[in-house]
Amino acid sequence: MQVTMREEGDAAVAMISGEIDHHTAQKIRTEIDDSVLEGGKTRLILDFSGVTFMDSSGVGLILGRRRLMEGLGGSLVVRSVPQSMRRLMAVAGIRIK
Amino acid sequence: MKPQNSVKFIFPSKSVNEAFARSAVASFAAQADPSVAELADLKTAVSEAVTNCIVHAYRDEVGQITMTASLYADGRLTVVIADRGCGIEDVEQAMQPMYTTGGEDRAGLGFAVMESFMDKVRVHSRVGKGTRVTLTKWLGGREPFAT
Repeated sequence: MQVTMREEGDAAVAMISGEIDHHTAQKIRTEIDDSVLEGGKTRLILDFSGVTFMDSSGVGLILGRRRLMEGLGGSLVVRSVPQSMRRLMAVAGIRIK
Repeated sequence: MKPQNSVKFIFPSKSVNEAFARSAVASFAAQADPSVAELADLKTAVSEAVTNCIVHAYRDEVGQITMTASLYADGRLTVVIADRGCGIEDVEQAMQPMYTTGGEDRAGLGFAVMESFMDKVRVHSRVGKGTRVTLTKWLGGREPFAT
């Protein structure tokens, strides 16, 4: 599992790769939250293009980051979710464009 | 019906073992020639069940998780994941989507995902004694209950 933080205009982008489960989600969460709070961006993009496995811990990660960004008066975008994980998102009621 | 093949794993409820558990079951299931989608479903459901043991059953301690995978002649795979943790007071409530006692970053979707990704999910639990979750899936494109 790896998270690479970068900037795209006014947004902070978290490029997540590898497997997201309860074990790895804790480290992903810390890295993203620390970067967002230090960087001051109010728009966060979670990029799932490099994710190879995800269970509902990934959904918890998304919901938690949404709460974080709403608390900062900002917004969250989730992009590039692999097809194999979209059914999990659907179970959670998360619609992917 | 007796299984054609069966394996049993006993491991501590450490979160690092979540990946081991789902990979081990996927490796065992491979002999039934499952599709890529079936394997993905299986790995997701096993990951949810093992995570429940770690997050809920053994919330304040490390305990033992027993995982038994069995393959049957009709293409059925069962995975029994059992703990001797705190147990579930109200199984019906625990299986409701978005219900969780596991903290703010838990989605409360574990059982909903298991039910969505497997053909059958059974949960037996006794408070103070532990919980046993039985996941069933028919592999290789076979229909449930076909013989």
